[in-house]
Amino acid sequence: MRYLFSVILCLWPLWTMAQDWEDRQVFQGTDASRTLRILSSTDTSFFEPIIASFLAKTPELSVEYLVIGTAEIDQRFRQAPDRYDVVISSAMDLQLKLANDGFARRLGGVAHPDWAQWRESLFAFTSEPAAIVVNRAAFEGQALPRTRQELIQALRARPDVFRGRLGTYDVRDSGLGYLFATQDARASETYWRLMEVMGSLGTRLYCCSGDMIDDLSDGTIAVAYNVLGSYASARQQTDGRIAVILPSDFPTTMMRTGFVSSQAQHPQDAARFVRHLISLQSDPVSKDSLPLPPLSTDSAGQSAIALEPALLTYLDGLKRQTFIKEWVSAIVQP
Amino acid sequence: MTEGVQVSGSLRTRLAITLTGGAAVLAVLLFIVVRNYAAQIAQQGQDSILSASVTSILDAAVIRDGVVEIDFPYASFSMLSTPMDDRIFYAIYQDDTLLSGYGDLPRTSGTATRAYQGSPVRLVTASRVLIGANVRTRISVTVAQTQDALSGTLSRISRNVALFGAGFFALATLLSIWATATTIEPLKRLTTSVTRRGPQDLSPVAKPVPLEMVPLVASLNSLMARLGQSLKQSEDFIAEAAHRVRTPLATVRSYAEATLQRVDREENRQALRSMIRAIDESSRAAGQLLDHAMITFRADHLERDDLDLVDLLRELVLRLTPVAEMKDIDLHLQADGPVIINGDPILLQNALRNLIDNALKYAPGESVITIRVDAQPRVQVEIRDQGPGFPPDEIDGLTGRFSRGRNAAGTIGSGLGLTIAQDVAAAHGGTLALSNLPEGGACVTFSL
Ligand SMILES: Nc1ncnc2c1ncn2[C@@H]1O[C@H](COP(=O)(O)OP(=O)(O)OP(=O)(O)O)[C@@H](O)[C@H]1O
Ligand SMILES: [Mg+2]
Repeated sequence: MRYLFSVILCLWPLWTMAQDWEDRQVFQGTDASRTLRILSSTDTSFFEPIIASFLAKTPELSVEYLVIGTAEIDQRFRQAPDRYDVVISSAMDLQLKLANDGFARRLGGVAHPDWAQWRESLFAFTSEPAAIVVNRAAFEGQALPRTRQELIQALRARPDVFRGRLGTYDVRDSGLGYLFATQDARASETYWRLMEVMGSLGTRLYCCSGDMIDDLSDGTIAVAYNVLGSYASARQQTDGRIAVILPSDFPTTMMRTGFVSSQAQHPQDAARFVRHLISLQSDPVSKDSLPLPPLSTDSAGQSAIALEPALLTYLDGLKRQTFIKEWVSAIVQP
Repeated sequence: MTEGVQVSGSLRTRLAITLTGGAAVLAVLLFIVVRNYAAQIAQQGQDSILSASVTSILDAAVIRDGVVEIDFPYASFSMLSTPMDDRIFYAIYQDDTLLSGYGDLPRTSGTATRAYQGSPVRLVTASRVLIGANVRTRISVTVAQTQDALSGTLSRISRNVALFGAGFFALATLLSIWATATTIEPLKRLTTSVTRRGPQDLSPVAKPVPLEMVPLVASLNSLMARLGQSLKQSEDFIAEAAHRVRTPLATVRSYAEATLQRVDREENRQALRSMIRAIDESSRAAGQLLDHAMITFRADHLERDDLDLVDLLRELVLRLTPVAEMKDIDLHLQADGPVIINGDPILLQNALRNLIDNALKYAPGESVITIRVDAQPRVQVEIRDQGPGFPPDEIDGLTGRFSRGRNAAGTIGSGLGLTIAQDVAAAHGGTLALSNLPEGGACVTFSL
């Protein structure tokens, strides 16, 4: 690599110290004079090559990459929208609400398909299906389920194998989990039946896909439902113990989105970063060299959750209350 | 042609301004009306979708165990998607407490447009009373949407309507130019037909004219008729007068001549000669006047005939030979062959007689008068004599009525000969040109 980036471990003003991040790294440009602050829910490793190629083009910038959960992003950003230049999150609903509430800056002239952007301010750059991930050992001699219906049958057929060995997002904590759950519920009643079955067998609830995959690998759990396909596939390549299943009855595909804060300190640089990100992710050439899944070009976003104000529906307090109540009563059974 | 006429504006301009001005006003009116109408319809469209959204939320409201639950459908908001990605806001109130949504959204009733978060939003509010086991509560829902798509639609409509209006205006202008031209056309045609007329042509306008021009043309016709009438009357009068004068004069002259034979005293003879001369003078004048009046009258309606000009001149020469011989003048007619023309023989004869008569009168004795007839390049008769020629300073005015040259002092004449010749030439569409020959002598060119 032609440039050097390093983690700076020095004292920052109190407010940054006061906040705890899942991860926080500074990528130093070779000739840095300004620092772009990116608030993100995506693990640093996925973004490293993107930031690296960006800094190669713009050595006068440094990038401070801050990682935290989606719900936290929403809270922290709403409190201080001027502290962050770019916000990247997998929770489309929260992102859309931020853009709807005027927190996103409009970027003119970005050539991006209509379905992958909203108001020229919120831009999608990945297509990532929710997946069923299983521990292969638990399905030894059995066919892997291909649909939710088949999963329900498999669970019912061998309840002893699966009791206490199921996992899914805790939708109360995880923004992405809530998004997947609500979209599933919207698509089909099968979701509720699956939740009931999973609830009856005892299900562990997780905050993040990573933890779920870890537990799958070592056999703590046998089936995880609604795991982020991109993370699981990445693990599958190095770990033969797990299998990733994209349910063929109906896909739930999330798009990671990013926007420039309306009160960004460096709006031009932030816009450049977002443009760079979009062009990398839409470029079929860079498909294999980047760890993040690209924005699917074939389906024209048909199967993906639509970027539209309807995403606000399940963020509504009353709706959320009702949904969570129902969800809890289905999955957390005594 | 137009001098002496007072001009007050132009019919064409007035008509054009009225028409194009009217078109402009119509175009602007069209723009305003269509735009407003479109704005209204577009706004109605947005309002009805917002109302549908509000209704679908209200419909989902239920009281369960005394608590309000509103499990509104996904469609409540997805129906609000627009191509311009308009932002949406909503607020749900139970009586006066916010249940969920945007608490700072302005509370309105019915439909309204307000500014919210820096941009104009359209708000639709409706409410519904829920009755539970022992509660009675009012749920009111407001859904609001920015107006980007609406204003996009409106500006597109405005642009189209503006283009349409401009096109309409351009077309109307072209049409008004055309209409003005066609309206003015008959007037122009009348003008040219009146302008093109010969000075003697007082016949009524015969071509059909538009209804509106009938009074004008009718009074023009009647004016010309009266003018023609009075002209003819005065011509008749002159002819009659000349005739009446000539006959008694001839009688008086014959008496005077007879008396001259009998009178011996020189002074009496002198007086008688002066008397005869005066009589000749008067009779010549009367004759010429008569001819002139006849020519003026006939110029309007020539009695044309095919005739040989050479033939006509030969006859004339024959008739004038006696007079020429008295002065020992040789009349010489030159022609290469017959020259056939279409003309009024009486008038032509009269004109040419006057010209030859002049040559005889003003050229000295024992000279030659050459009369040359040419058919090419145009038909013309040239009469040359060997006299003193026209006085150069007077040559331009000699064709005028009663105009005589300095050299004519001793000769009898009225000054109408050249006038007659010129009028005849003009009546046939020709000209009369006077010049002096370099070797001396006058040259009159009568061309047709
Ligand atoms: N051939 C000529 N040579 C010289 N002068 C001429 C000749 N013909 C005409 N003129 C001049 O032009 C004048 C006008 O001629 P015009 O024939 O009109 O009148 P007029 O001969 O005097 O009278 P009348 O009416 O009796 O012919 C004459 O008075 C004369 O001065
Ligand atoms: Mg004469």
